[in-house]
Amino acid sequence: MTAAAEPIVEAAIVEHRRGFRRRWYRTPSFVAGISILGAVTLLGALAPVVMWHDPIQQNLLASLQGPSWSHPLGTDQLGRDVLSRVVYGVRTDLKIAVLAVLIPFCVGTVIGLVSGYFGGWVDSIAGWAVSVVVAFPFYVLIIALVFALGSGTRNIYIAIALVGWVSYTRIVRGEVLVAKRREYILAARAAGLSNLRIIGRHLFPNVITQAIVFSMSDIVLSILAIVTLGYLGLGVQPPTPDWGRMIADGQPFLTTRWELATFPGFAVILTALALSLIADGLADLLRPE
Amino acid sequence: MSLAAYVARRLLQMVLVVFGVTILVFFLIHLVPGDPARTMLGVRATPERVKLLHEQWGLNKPLPVQYERFMERLVRGNLGNSLFYSVPAGRLVLDRLPVTLWLIGLGALFSVLIAVPLATIAAAKREGVPDHAIRVVPLVGLGFPSFWIGIMLLLAFALNSGRLFPVGGYGSGFVGHLHSMFLPALTVALGLVPILVRSLRASLLEVFEADYITTARSKGLPERRVLIRHGLRNAIISTISVLAVSIGFLVGGTLIIEQVYALPGIGQLMINSILARDFPVVQAVALVFAVMVVLVYLISDIVHAALDPRVRFD
Amino acid sequence: MNEPILKVRDLHVEFPLARGLVRAVDGASFDVIRGEALGLVGESGSGKTMALRALVGLLPRQANLAGGEILFEGVDLARASTDNLREIRGRQVAMIFQEPLTALNPVMRVGDQIAEGPLVRLGYHRRRARERALELMGHVGIPDPVRRYQAYPHELSGGMQQRVVIAIALSLEPKLILCDEPTTALDVTIQDQILKLLESLRSELHMSVVFVSHDLAVVAQTCQTVAVMYAGQVVETGPIEAVFQEPRHPYTLSLLRSVPDFDVVRETLATIPGSPPDLAAPPAGCRFHPRCPFVQPDCTTGDFPLRPLGGDRATACIHSELAVDDVRREPVIAGG
Repeated sequence: MTAAAEPIVEAAIVEHRRGFRRRWYRTPSFVAGISILGAVTLLGALAPVVMWHDPIQQNLLASLQGPSWSHPLGTDQLGRDVLSRVVYGVRTDLKIAVLAVLIPFCVGTVIGLVSGYFGGWVDSIAGWAVSVVVAFPFYVLIIALVFALGSGTRNIYIAIALVGWVSYTRIVRGEVLVAKRREYILAARAAGLSNLRIIGRHLFPNVITQAIVFSMSDIVLSILAIVTLGYLGLGVQPPTPDWGRMIADGQPFLTTRWELATFPGFAVILTALALSLIADGLADLLRPE
Repeated sequence: MSLAAYVARRLLQMVLVVFGVTILVFFLIHLVPGDPARTMLGVRATPERVKLLHEQWGLNKPLPVQYERFMERLVRGNLGNSLFYSVPAGRLVLDRLPVTLWLIGLGALFSVLIAVPLATIAAAKREGVPDHAIRVVPLVGLGFPSFWIGIMLLLAFALNSGRLFPVGGYGSGFVGHLHSMFLPALTVALGLVPILVRSLRASLLEVFEADYITTARSKGLPERRVLIRHGLRNAIISTISVLAVSIGFLVGGTLIIEQVYALPGIGQLMINSILARDFPVVQAVALVFAVMVVLVYLISDIVHAALDPRVRFD
Repeated sequence: MNEPILKVRDLHVEFPLARGLVRAVDGASFDVIRGEALGLVGESGSGKTMALRALVGLLPRQANLAGGEILFEGVDLARASTDNLREIRGRQVAMIFQEPLTALNPVMRVGDQIAEGPLVRLGYHRRRARERALELMGHVGIPDPVRRYQAYPHELSGGMQQRVVIAIALSLEPKLILCDEPTTALDVTIQDQILKLLESLRSELHMSVVFVSHDLAVVAQTCQTVAVMYAGQVVETGPIEAVFQEPRHPYTLSLLRSVPDFDVVRETLATIPGSPPDLAAPPAGCRFHPRCPFVQPDCTTGDFPLRPLGGDRATACIHSELAVDDVRREPVIAGG
């Protein structure tokens, strides 16, 4: 922050003190994001009720049909209703993405807390592990892991966990390094509180906000990873609807039925947009000053 | 410390990281429960073949010994033989590497050509209409799956009415390569542009609104000199860091793009080897990818240190 | 003679925030006498920094000059074109900043930064500009200038960095130097050195200075006249000894009383009750009235511009005699 901006920041600090609870509804990005995500999730949750076709029911006689009243987005190569499959995709891809982020969040945060707070050789080893994982391009590692473990939903969770913890560790460690020099931590140590208590009660609540903001973007990354794996045939296995798989299935028919490959993509983009908006909104709301 | 000492230190760090990378790559096979040899051979497993692999790879020996032998062969440049093609895995990789390098190079070029002007305009006219419009790009763009972008580009420019580009393949000759690589490189670039624009804009803003810019203005220097002599030099430094990380992403992204456009690069090699359960090749490709990324980071760190006098004082 | 080199009249600076328009400077007027130092004092948020930056059009991006006159040697800077302003910056009016490290370009050698002004604005060629820079470095007390010329800002201590900033300000031989809390970020011992340096440069080079600070002691040490700011307005001006000995505004008095004095042992530190007003929604009438110990009914409505009192003094308070009585009973500065 430049010295010139300080008077302006001081004036704005009065504004920020009002707190998260009273401000969340006035942050447009957050509101927009939550609304879109809410709508998408609701649609996915209500899919069995709202969609009039079974997403996995094949009807080879009616394959590759264009949009119609009965099938607003047409049917795919196995005669399945595209709209149903796209909507049901929420239940697969979004759900897996959210769950898949939980483990790296927890593991990465713990490692970040410990290595940031204690430093020393613990920190060095953790740092080295981070460098090694980071050396691999994200998708190369994910794909290699899924390859080694085999495809399928369970192994997606494992692969994402093994690769995703790194970001949380970096973020939390960074925050801890700054926070542990702050006075309230020094005071706690001077008072003789145990390390565990300091980390758990004093450090954790203050460093976790950046990790939470990041987790929203991380869910987007997860969705993309799951969808990419699906495209390559290494992800969620058929017949469960998966947007990536749908795009791959639709690619040979681009010249005739371009909807097959396009609409699942829109679903991904929309869901990701909602999450990005939430991430931006959270970043504004949870800003430390 | 001097630049030379810094470079030496970074090289040492890189060696350690590559060392860690080899451990990870080595263990890839051993993640799978059961007999690695049997897993490797899959349907081709016969008792004789399994026994042969056991001897070749020393799979009955304890892990550290195996790793030692792995490293011994690695250091001599032997990445093992492809189970599928019966040629050294290293040679397969080398054959296909140029295609991927083309994709990386051209893709990086396109992303810079697109992202830098966008970010500069957004930062220079902050909060103006162009800025708000450009900021939509990272917001919406991050959600675009890269392979989907590729497919859409194919739809628009290679199929149906717009047959401007080939649907896939590598082409021949320099111009042929360029022609075939155009859409794939553009796809890679478009996947990268959202992240780049966001980071570049933030770095540029920091530079444009820095106090030393005010100092320069307070000397009454012409605005052009302020922006170029004071702003640009600092901006380039932050840009390099951002670009390096992006190239890290980019390298990984080529894997999928090669699938979409059927490009015979090492990415496609990896996927095919995965589907064919050709472990040695998968290992070889993973290793090469990691080394490429580490090299990119190393080069960017060195360039950064050369340009920024603050860095050496670690 | 003692003609003001700078006459500021009714300056207004504002910037928009989500909750409303903040009037950081809302009608400030003061004069700077040629060859003298004016101290612009006030708490954080009083508008003193904004007022200073507005003088040469170096306000932060979000803020803008919303009215008033800035007469520098007869030219109204508030209405000057960008080119004219740029012409005046550096050559006529220079600035010194609070945070020396961020004020210097991190990737440029300090010597080059000092030499840049003469190089570009005075048309010196490289060698002459370099010599001038070395000369200036010596002048501001940087030891071993030849070696220090090559240094980068982060390689220097805070005090050295600030000397470099001062050297840059002097490099184009300006007539007026604007200092924005130049010693606040420095250690106390270094503060003293820098202040002495500024004072000696001022008297030696016959420069005029505007010295912004929240620290009354610092201002007392270096300035001849003082302008006290509160909530975006100048509430009192005058020669420094006179104002500090016998303030004519309750705020000035309260400010003086709240400064700890080593010579007088008190049980409690005096503070001014309440807090500065929200500049987006200031109180009606005199802005200080909610916290004023001498508040009267007619203080709560109307405008209170500076009124001259004779003897180069001026105050915005319409009941200034109350403050004067109070300080006569209980002087702030024993003996004067």
